[in-house]
Amino acid sequence: MTTLLIKLYRVILAIAILAVGVIAERTGLIELLSDPFEYPVIIELFIQHLYIVTFSMAFATVIGVTAGILITRQRLRKFAGLCMYIIGLGQTIPSLAVLALAMSFLGIGTKPAVFALTIYSILPIARNTLAGITAVPPELIDAGKGMGMPPIRILMEVEIPNAMTVILTGFRVALVINIGTAALAYVIGAGGLGDLIFTGISLMQTDKLLAGAIPVTLLALFADFLSELLGLLLVSKGLRLSV
Amino acid sequence: MSTLRFIMDNFDEVMFLSWEHIWIVGVALLIATPIGVVLGIVITKHERFASRVLNGANILMTIPSIALFGLMLPVLAIINMGLGKVPAVIALVLYSQLPIIRNTYTAIKNVPSSLVDAGRGMGMDKWQLLRELEIPLATPVIIAGLRTAAVMNIGIAAIATYIGAGGLGVYIQQGIARVYPEMILSGAILVSLLAIVVDGGMAMLEGIATPEGIKVQRKLSQ
Repeated sequence: MTTLLIKLYRVILAIAILAVGVIAERTGLIELLSDPFEYPVIIELFIQHLYIVTFSMAFATVIGVTAGILITRQRLRKFAGLCMYIIGLGQTIPSLAVLALAMSFLGIGTKPAVFALTIYSILPIARNTLAGITAVPPELIDAGKGMGMPPIRILMEVEIPNAMTVILTGFRVALVINIGTAALAYVIGAGGLGDLIFTGISLMQTDKLLAGAIPVTLLALFADFLSELLGLLLVSKGLRLSV
Repeated sequence: MSTLRFIMDNFDEVMFLSWEHIWIVGVALLIATPIGVVLGIVITKHERFASRVLNGANILMTIPSIALFGLMLPVLAIINMGLGKVPAVIALVLYSQLPIIRNTYTAIKNVPSSLVDAGRGMGMDKWQLLRELEIPLATPVIIAGLRTAAVMNIGIAAIATYIGAGGLGVYIQQGIARVYPEMILSGAILVSLLAIVVDGGMAMLEGIATPEGIKVQRKLSQ
């Protein structure tokens, strides 16, 4: 029974791959990708997309983690609940609206897009940093204190390593949302792969549409996978064992 | 202030677009809930599929919304449904699966085994256990999953305006095209407001759906 199912699964997989190939050929996607005038454009848009995502994520990670750490310090901790509430409220604003609002006071182009994506990506990162550090067991911090660690060492050697898994989850969520939202940045003139998708929808030109939609999807899936690998690198071995 | 005036001046249209937005999200949730809950319950009984189904839902969630609309367009164009509300609802149903399945799964997994044993001891069969014990206890957590899905869907439905689904995203889209800040702002504010109201409403529902016994237990343990 099981072997039969596995065989069936393999056959279905083979048919699916074949179907994808046929669709790619029939919609003209392969022709588009092998066109010597078209594929440099696609590559350029892809690089533009990566550029927007990289810069906004770099800013957002630095700002988000710093903000999360600052709020969990002893003196500011009483505002933690309030900050969580504000972040939750901020996350209800749709991504498209954030981009549109950035455009309405920064104009069009790459800069407002990077700005909007930075703001939008800070929220999950800051939220998870905050949640991760608050969830560190107080015994561990007490143990650190007992060993005579100054606050900065408690932060670097106890709090951050223990919160790393949660912080990375926030980073992953932010990265995936960021890649998807960067595809919308086309509407405020920032280019990126959204260019192909929106043009494809407007012209009902399936090949162009797929040439934009497939790379964005793959990019998001790859980024998700990569951040999981990052977890293996950054989360300490002892914590991974206990999970 | 000028934004408020814009909303007041176009009140009828605002009401219509809000209704359209709520309609898309509501229909998507109505379709997604039975699928997600049933899948969630099935994978608690057949543990082998649990990680596969959850991973699949996770991959769906990872696909950027505009790319998903794009990928579905040529497929649905075969039956002449590439643009409009149909692809929007399908996309929202797919996106809702992860929160609903995950919450159903964890909720039913977390029903204390002592209670299940008690039910078995009273002679309940599999279905009775599910209907009278596991589902009532899991309902608040399942509703929490629906709440996450609803808030997320309201945001994604705003993007669906680019494939002609209508809704409040129309104001954002038109506002960008015309560089009309009041229009963008009213679109953004109305969508956010809708999300906040739905979030609050679902939170209340969560409270109502919590069985009386659990509420008493929680009060006692405090």
